[in-house]
Amino acid sequence: MKLTEKEVRYVAHLANLNLSDAEIEHMVHDLGSILEHMDRLAAVDTEGVEPMSQVLYETEETAALRPDVERAPLGNELALANAPAPGSGYFKVPKVIER
Amino acid sequence: MTADSIAGIRAGLLAKEFSAAELARESLAAAERENPRTNAYLLFCSERALEAAERVDKKIAAGEEPGPLAGVPVAVKDVILTKGVRTSCGSLVLEHYIPPYDATVVERIEAAGGVILGKTNCDEFAMGSSNENSAFGPVRNPVAPDRVPGGSSGGSAAAVAQKTALVSLGSDTGGSIRQPASFCGVVGVTPTYGRVSRYGLVAFASSLDHIGPFARSVRDAAAVLEVMAGRDPLDSTSAEAPVPDYVSALDGEVRGMKLGVPVEYMKHATGETAALIGRSIDTLRKLGCDVRDISLPATDYAIDTYYIICTAEASSNLARYDGVRYGFRSKASGTLSDMYRNTRGEGFGTEVKRRIMLGTYVLSHGYYDAYYLKAQKVRALITRDFTKAFQSVDAIVAPVSPYPAFRIGEKIKDPMEMYLSDIYTITGSLAGIPCMSVPCGATSEGLPVGLQILCNHFHEAKMFRLADAFERSTI
Repeated sequence: MKLTEKEVRYVAHLANLNLSDAEIEHMVHDLGSILEHMDRLAAVDTEGVEPMSQVLYETEETAALRPDVERAPLGNELALANAPAPGSGYFKVPKVIER
Repeated sequence: MTADSIAGIRAGLLAKEFSAAELARESLAAAERENPRTNAYLLFCSERALEAAERVDKKIAAGEEPGPLAGVPVAVKDVILTKGVRTSCGSLVLEHYIPPYDATVVERIEAAGGVILGKTNCDEFAMGSSNENSAFGPVRNPVAPDRVPGGSSGGSAAAVAQKTALVSLGSDTGGSIRQPASFCGVVGVTPTYGRVSRYGLVAFASSLDHIGPFARSVRDAAAVLEVMAGRDPLDSTSAEAPVPDYVSALDGEVRGMKLGVPVEYMKHATGETAALIGRSIDTLRKLGCDVRDISLPATDYAIDTYYIICTAEASSNLARYDGVRYGFRSKASGTLSDMYRNTRGEGFGTEVKRRIMLGTYVLSHGYYDAYYLKAQKVRALITRDFTKAFQSVDAIVAPVSPYPAFRIGEKIKDPMEMYLSDIYTITGSLAGIPCMSVPCGATSEGLPVGLQILCNHFHEAKMFRLADAFERSTI
């Protein structure tokens, strides 16, 4: 197999994803066969080709810029409206520092 | 009511044959009645729809211009934010998420007089080609209820196909508008990357995500895109380019238009799909188009390239769902880190997890160059193929999908098999060029097939002109 169980567990750790043993087993198989297919790219000659990270088209150089003008922010109440655990105007999370 | 086109609705409203409120009530009733059969809608926003309709009626009563989409019933894919109306992205993670603002496209549709009926079902976070990855159940194809409507914008395609909404909005990252349009027998448009603002579109793969319309006719799709398109200061990737009058570009001559048929696409097309595309090409020849074979040699590597880039971007974009600021949070106790891991493990569905894992892997130390960087280079080659082709042709015509709508459950067990179904749509997405699906007939079983038309960046008007001429010749 292309990927070992240990590697899959390591990637799940990097991705902050808690996976069950059964899910890990499936991932070993699925990711392995997908990556094997993707290995075909190694055969493509990309010598001297610049990597493309965005769609390129003819446009003004300033197209991505806008005037830096103040806008009203969302506001504390709306920003917290969907929070699973809001409190005192903040997002509450499990304690991270032991006293 | 003659509410089967944007122009028909406008005429009916101005002639006082019906009011926008009456049309909205009737459309909502039809949509709610149809929904148990297809599961196309996740939610109806009746109050908002009736308010929008009443605004249109007031304008007409006052003799004011009611807007280019006056009274038009619209369905919106549930990855596009609607202020105060739950937007779930087909995910348990956002099952109770109420957006604090509207997407720019939603604002523009309503400002133009459009009436948003509800939010449509889709694959979770728009990841899928069959709409089977929704946390709220699959959508059934209105044409053949044992089959998928395509994905990921399956609900938006089905809503238009079952005639509950006249038009709808979807999102397309690798074919998620064109493929369901093809499977459901409606028109679906993926505009040029940057043509339509994505402010308020929940991000999947930012260098590939597009918003576009579904409609029953090319004319209506063109009218909706015209409303949606144009620079938005809130989306720095939206283009400054002026928006042409797409509707008046229709009815034009297509005689002498040079069309390319990519040989790499035709070799995969099977049976009846290949035959219907062949017949469509004959029709285009009869319309006076000059059709020739072209080659897009990097096509063979498009699937691998696409699934490396889109999963890499997805793994980064979906890092935000950590249970802190919005969305689901796991009830399991533990440290902050445990909370993140449990929240994501319990909240995301199988396909989303698979893509986060794949994307994390291809970006990880030791594999970045071999996968992610390599894919970005091959993406440049795929784009170069199109640039070269458009030096000699005005448009490219091709199939949308290798086959018509497949059965629910048929491909869901094999992710690679599912990914391969996107073979013809992802190339255009990678290049960021405008592409669309226009119905070109049905198989002997009555399953719709779409013809794909692709043009160079910002040449939507030309694409619509060809699609409109083709549509008129096949009706």
